[in-house]
Amino acid sequence: MTFLGKTLAASAALALIAGAALAEPAMVYDLGGKFDKSFNEAAFNGAERWKAETGGTYREIELQSEAQREQALRRFAEAGLNPIVMAGFAFGAVLGEVAADYPDTKFVIIDTKVEAPNVRAIEYSEHQGSYLVGMMAAMASRTGTVGFIGGMDIPLIRKFACGYAQGVKAVNPDATVIQNMTGTTPAAWADPVKGGELARAQIAQGADVIYAAAGSTGVGVLQTAADEGILSIGVDSNQNYLHPGQVLTSMIKRVDIAVYNAFTAGADLETGYFVLGLADDGVGYALDEHNAALVTAEMQAAVDAAKAGIIAGEIVVHDYMSDNTCPVN
Amino acid sequence: MMDFATILQVLDSTVRLAAPLLLACLAGLFSERAGIFDIGLEGKMLMAAFFSAATAAVTGSVWLGLAAGIAASMVLAGVHGLASITFRGNQLISGVAINFLAAGLTVVIAQDWFAQGGRTPSLLGGARFEAITLPLADTVRPVPILGPIYHDLISGHTIPVYFAFSMVPLTWWLLYRTRFGLRLRAVGESPEALDTAGVSVVATRYAAVAICGVLCGIAGAYLATALQAGFTKDMTAGRGYIALAALIFAKWRSWHALWATLLFGLLQAIALRYQNLQIGGVPLPVQLMDALPYILTVVILAGFVGRAIPPRAGGEPYVKER
Repeated sequence: MTFLGKTLAASAALALIAGAALAEPAMVYDLGGKFDKSFNEAAFNGAERWKAETGGTYREIELQSEAQREQALRRFAEAGLNPIVMAGFAFGAVLGEVAADYPDTKFVIIDTKVEAPNVRAIEYSEHQGSYLVGMMAAMASRTGTVGFIGGMDIPLIRKFACGYAQGVKAVNPDATVIQNMTGTTPAAWADPVKGGELARAQIAQGADVIYAAAGSTGVGVLQTAADEGILSIGVDSNQNYLHPGQVLTSMIKRVDIAVYNAFTAGADLETGYFVLGLADDGVGYALDEHNAALVTAEMQAAVDAAKAGIIAGEIVVHDYMSDNTCPVN
Repeated sequence: MMDFATILQVLDSTVRLAAPLLLACLAGLFSERAGIFDIGLEGKMLMAAFFSAATAAVTGSVWLGLAAGIAASMVLAGVHGLASITFRGNQLISGVAINFLAAGLTVVIAQDWFAQGGRTPSLLGGARFEAITLPLADTVRPVPILGPIYHDLISGHTIPVYFAFSMVPLTWWLLYRTRFGLRLRAVGESPEALDTAGVSVVATRYAAVAICGVLCGIAGAYLATALQAGFTKDMTAGRGYIALAALIFAKWRSWHALWATLLFGLLQAIALRYQNLQIGGVPLPVQLMDALPYILTVVILAGFVGRAIPPRAGGEPYVKER
């Protein structure tokens, strides 16, 4: 090896080490906002946990408009940040293009499948978690009518609704599940007034437990449910504390763990496609001091049995996104 | 499909949804009748929603919250007045600026004060407007038809709702039966005539813009402290724009504003209650119901149902000598 060769190799190695040492992870939040008390906030909590435990730093951005998606990813990739974690299915289309342009950067996308050699795509079995809270809703309901309020009308939210309906019917085949979507634009994630009004309409139709999967619109649903003296079910993050004693449970989706693991693995992240379900504790139902009085021992036993059944494969919860239909309504 | 109780529930929902639209629509009416176009209704409502919720959360008093909401909205109204009356700027641009300012500022201040990600803490007890039961509501309830209407539909709303509906005759009286109203309408049609008569165009327009600020303030406070319990980012969700559409639909008249906002409220209430409405076997998608207020406004503007003529001097800054 010539001197020049050695120098080049050494400097290249040095650059690599320097690059690796400098690479900070990055977090991109979706339009719902970092503090939506739900999906994005779960991602934020994972990032903060990593920061607290390792003392590391990370960069983050909250998107304000659709147009910023691609720009944010490219800016972070060009700044040498690695890995770049994004929370939200809506990044799917953009990431497909961006990932190919930055082969040395690892991307993590939550909630949709993107196939590229440098992408780790994580999806959750929300239908399984929703099935469990659906069972609890049916057991807690006195009227035999329960409600579901979704945010934007997209297949992912229908997956929540479908799992929930299946859980309800598993306990009480005669139960009625009233389903409403807030809207068809991203504004549907942030309209608590409309969420509250939808909840009132469902209550008028007899619903006495309402499950909200609607970003910060859900805050309005939970508020109205508490005002009207019925039970509600939170989503993504544990929302039981919002109205202690009036939120039956929350369908938690451990987005925080996905973010934490990605940050911990750093640039050595394993890429590919992963689905986290009940078996991996990727989804579940929340039980804490705020809802302990609402969840009876009988309820908990039934739900835990169903959870074991789903993990063992004895109970199959239909995934709406597999064929865009739902066997129950 | 629809029994009497269901109709009452939908109408009840209509009243709740129409009240903020009505307040914002009347706010726009005062401003635009005086020749000041105001597309900043949305921003003023949002700002009022935040400051009312923040003040109510800190002090525990909804009335202080309401006052703070009105004050915040009036500050923005003052900015709009300064830009469009005193400095004769473009009223549309000033309105857009107010909307952007409110959308950004509310979240930033909320994050700084409460560190809950651009929202205020949830309001409890006296920090919210409670539904009030009108006298005799429970007594007359057994009366067929009228009893439930009085008990379920007319009674049981919050104070801002009753204020909004009482503002309609008040607005009519103020605009058509008082000297101030005559001057306000004149300044929107022909400010030079008013000037010739020796009345201050600037003062009249500022008064109109101030009234607009008060009404938007109440509308915003209603959203955050009566319908909901606290402020969340962008919680007005386009209601200021629907109110503008209603104003055009109402052809800048107070009683028409009531019917227009009730119609828009009814459309929303029906869309919320029946997500896939069937009319004669044809399914109506919910998107159509959401878009209907705007479609109707375009139809009105196109002149199919009478002509909608805006105040003649609307959008024009007044310059004394040409």
